[in-house]
Amino acid sequence: MNINPVTKLCQISLACVLAGGAYAEMDHSNHDSGAHEMGQAQGGKAPDNARDPHAYSGGFTLTEGPYALPGPRQLKLADEHRFWAIIGDRLEYQEKSESTVFDLQAWYGTTYNRLVVKTEGDILNGTLEESSNDVLWSRAFNAYFDTQLGARVDNYDEGEDRQWLALGFQGLAPYWFEVDVTAYLGDDGRTALSAEAEYELLFTQRLILQPRMEINLLGKDDPANGLGSGLTNMSAGLRLRYEFSRQFAPYIGVEWTGAFGDTADYLQAQGEDKSTTQVLAGLKFWF
Amino acid sequence: MNRPFSPLAGSLSRRRFVQGLAVGGVLATTPASLLARESAQTALGSAPVLSGTDIHLEIGQSLVNFTGVTRMATTINGSIPAPTLRLREGDDVTIRVTNRLSVPTSIHWHGILLPFEMDGVPGISFKGIAPGETFVYRFKLRQSGTYWYHSHSGFQEMTGMYGALIIEPRSGERHEADQDFVVQLSDWTDEDPMHVFSKLKVQGDIFNFNQPTFFDFTRDVSDKGLKAALSKRQMWNQMRMNPTDLADLSTATLTYLMNGTAPAGNWTGVFKKGERLRLRFINAASNSFYDVRIPGLKLTVVQADGQDVEPVSVDEFRFGPGETYDVLVRPDDEAYTIFAQSMDRTGYARGTLATRQGLSAPVPTLDPVEWLTMQDMMGAMNHEGMGHDMPMAGMDRSSMNMDHSNMDHSKMDHSKMDHSMMHGGMAMDHSMHGMQHGSQNPLAKPSTSVNHARTEYGPSVDMRVDMPRTNLDDPGIGLRDLVKKGLRPQGHKVLTLADLKSLDGVLDDHRVPEKELELHLTGNMERYSWSFDGLEFGRSTPVSLKHSQRVRIILQNDTMMTHPMHLHGMWSELETDQGELRVRRHTIPVQPAQRISFLTTPHDLGRWAWHCHLLFHMDAGMFREVVVS
Repeated sequence: MNINPVTKLCQISLACVLAGGAYAEMDHSNHDSGAHEMGQAQGGKAPDNARDPHAYSGGFTLTEGPYALPGPRQLKLADEHRFWAIIGDRLEYQEKSESTVFDLQAWYGTTYNRLVVKTEGDILNGTLEESSNDVLWSRAFNAYFDTQLGARVDNYDEGEDRQWLALGFQGLAPYWFEVDVTAYLGDDGRTALSAEAEYELLFTQRLILQPRMEINLLGKDDPANGLGSGLTNMSAGLRLRYEFSRQFAPYIGVEWTGAFGDTADYLQAQGEDKSTTQVLAGLKFWF
Repeated sequence: MNRPFSPLAGSLSRRRFVQGLAVGGVLATTPASLLARESAQTALGSAPVLSGTDIHLEIGQSLVNFTGVTRMATTINGSIPAPTLRLREGDDVTIRVTNRLSVPTSIHWHGILLPFEMDGVPGISFKGIAPGETFVYRFKLRQSGTYWYHSHSGFQEMTGMYGALIIEPRSGERHEADQDFVVQLSDWTDEDPMHVFSKLKVQGDIFNFNQPTFFDFTRDVSDKGLKAALSKRQMWNQMRMNPTDLADLSTATLTYLMNGTAPAGNWTGVFKKGERLRLRFINAASNSFYDVRIPGLKLTVVQADGQDVEPVSVDEFRFGPGETYDVLVRPDDEAYTIFAQSMDRTGYARGTLATRQGLSAPVPTLDPVEWLTMQDMMGAMNHEGMGHDMPMAGMDRSSMNMDHSNMDHSKMDHSKMDHSMMHGGMAMDHSMHGMQHGSQNPLAKPSTSVNHARTEYGPSVDMRVDMPRTNLDDPGIGLRDLVKKGLRPQGHKVLTLADLKSLDGVLDDHRVPEKELELHLTGNMERYSWSFDGLEFGRSTPVSLKHSQRVRIILQNDTMMTHPMHLHGMWSELETDQGELRVRRHTIPVQPAQRISFLTTPHDLGRWAWHCHLLFHMDAGMFREVVVS
C-alpha cells in the first residue's frame, strides 16, 4: 500500500543505473569518426590527426638530453604518488531487523590504477550473518568511470560460501549518479549481477538527502543460501545526513527491501516477509 | 601517509579561519633556527628588509598561530613573509641559503633571469639543498622591478616560505613615490598541505561550500519556470561539472593573509596626507586568486611582473599566485581598506592604509558567488554566427542565454543583468582573418585552429574546448558587469590583460616567430588530476627550444579554472590574437576556455620549469620541463 512510492523510486533508480551504464559505454566507444572537427566536449576517441603530445620534445626525455641532471629522475610529483582512502558509505543500525549493516570501501593507488576492497554485510546479535567482499583492480577507463576486475567471496553464517570472479565498472554518471555495477562468474556456471546507484540532493551545504538503490540478480538458483534465479532482491532507501564535515556525517533514513521470485518464496517458507520497510540510523564517513 | 582522523574538524567555527587572529603570526623559532638573523618578534606585519650584495638566509621552523591553533611553519630567517630583499640592478649578488630543516629545501627566484643552475628547482636546476647544507646562489641582476622568492620543494611555500624581492633600477625609479610598501598576499592552512591535497584526491569538491542546492533550484523554478531552471542546469549536470568550482581550496581550510597578517590583525601602512604611495602587490598564495581593490582610491598600475607598463588607472584587479602588480595611489583621507577577496568569495585578505596605526575604514562585504558561465565552459559561442551545431548534445538556446543570470545569492535585480554573450563569435572572426592573410607569413599571427592532443581523450581530461575565446578584455568570472549588477559604483573599472601594454623599450625582440607550439591546459576535477595535454609531469617529455630562437607558444585552457602559468628562465611576451605584441610577463593567467599566445626568446641555456602556479595544480602534474639548447 504505502510501498507504492518506494516502488516508483526503485523503477526510476533502476532506469538510472541502466542509463548510467549505457552512457559509460557510449562515452568510450561512440563518436569513432575522426570526421567531426567540432567533437563533443568530453570523452570520445582521438581523431587520427590529433596532435602528438611529444611532438615538441626534440627526442629529449626528463632524464635524457642536454642539461639533464645525472642519475635517476629526482622530481616526482603527486601524479606518481600513491594515495589511499577508507570510505564508509553506510554503517547503520536497522530498526526492524535489529541488525547492523556495513558497506565500506578502501582504495590504495595512483590516479588511474588502484587496488579496491569492498566489504558489505550485516551483523545480527553479534554474529556476522552474511557478507560479501570484493578485491578488485580498478583502472580508469574514461574521465568518470573505472573498470574493476577481481574476485568476490560471499560468506554466510548459515549456508554455503560462494566465490566469484568479478568484472564491473564504478563511477559518476551524467546527472551526478554514483554508479557501481558488477557482474560475477562463479563455479558450477553460477552468474550474478549487482548494481547500485546513489544520488545526492543538497538541501543546504551540509544537510543532504541521499536516495540509494541496489538490485541483485542471479543466473541460477542457490537454494542453500535461499536465493532464486532472476531478480533476487532490491532495496531502495532515503538517507538524510548532516555533514559536520564532508568526512563525518550521521544520518537517519528509511529503506525498503524486497525479495522476488523464488527468493521471495524461500523467505515466505521460513515465515519471513518478502518485503520490509524499516527505519535506520547510521554514519557516513571517510578518511 | 599519516592522516589523523578529525571528524569534527569541519564544524569548528569558520569565522576563526575567515578572520584569523588579531595578534597571530610567528610565535617563536625553534632552537635550530635561533641563529637566524631576525628575531621571532619581528615577524608581525611587514617583513624585515635585507639589502646589499651578500645575503644570508636560513631556512628553519617556527611556531605560528594565525587561527587560535599553534602550528609549525617553514620560515626563512624566522619570519612570514620572509625578509624582503632589496637589491640593485646590475649587481652580482651572493645569497647563501642554509637549510636547518630535517628535509631538503630550495629557493626559487621567481621571474629572475639567471643561469639555470641558480633557478632553484630541485630535480631540474640542481639537487636541492640537503639538511645542514648551505647552497650559494650567485647571479647578476639583469633586470629591475618587483619580484618574489619562494621554496620550490614540496609544499614548503604553502607553510611560510615566501618573500618579496625588489630590484631597484640603476637609473632610478621611473615613478617617484614618497613611500613604498610591499603588499604580499598569501594563504595559510592549519592542516598539513599534503593531507589537504590527499583529501582532494578522494573528494574534489570537499572544500566547496557554495554548491548548487535543491532550494536554489526551486527558487529558479518559481522565478523563471521549470523549463528555464532545468536548462540552466542541464549542461552542468550532463557533464558532471560544478558551476561553483571556482577554487579548489576555500576558507574551509584557508586563512587569507596580507603581509603575514590575518584579516583581524589588519596590517596597516602609515602615510601622510598627500603622499604618493607605491604599493607592490605580490600574490604569494599557494592556491588563491585575489580580487584587489581599495575603495575610494584609483589604482594606477605601472608595473606588471616587475616590468614597466603604460600607466593604467583602474579600480580593481585580479591576480593569481605568482603575479605581481605595482600600483600608485595618492590617498588624501584618513584611512582606506585594502580589500582582497578570494576569487571563490569565501573570504578575504585585508589591510589598511591610514594616517596612523589603529585607524580603519569600512570593510566591504564579500560579493555573491556567481556560477561559471557558458563562456567559461565552451569559450566563444555565438550560435547565430556559426554554421555549426554545439558540441554538446541536448543543449538548447535557452540554456545558452542564461549565463549571466546564474546568481546564487541574487540580491540584485535580474533585469539589470546582461544576458548577451560577451564575446561570442570571436574565434570565427579570427579564423577568417587567418584565411585572408594566408599569403603573408603564416606565423605573423597565432593560429586559430584547435588541435587537441591525442592524450586529451583519456581519463585524465574531463573537458575539451573546441571554440576557445581569444579576447584578452574579459576580467573573468565574478568581475564581469559589476556596475550593472549593482555591486560597484558607476565607472568602476577592472583591469584586464588587454589593458596591459609594456612601455616602449621593454619588449626588445620584434621578430616574427620561427615556430609555433600549441599546448592545452587540462584536468579532471573528479580525479583531481591536472596536466598539459592530458599528460601529467611523470608521463610528459620536455618542450625543447632553441637558444635565441623566437617562438610562439599557444596555451589553450581546456578546463573551467583559471591557471596562472609561470615559465621559468625566460619572458612570456603576451600578444593579441592578431599577433600584436603587448606585454612582458613571467606568469600569465589563462582563463577557462581561453586560448592565449605569447612569444619568447630563450637566452639562457639549460632546463627550466614551466607550470601552473596554483601549487596543487603544479603538484598534481600541470608541470613541464623546458630544455633550451
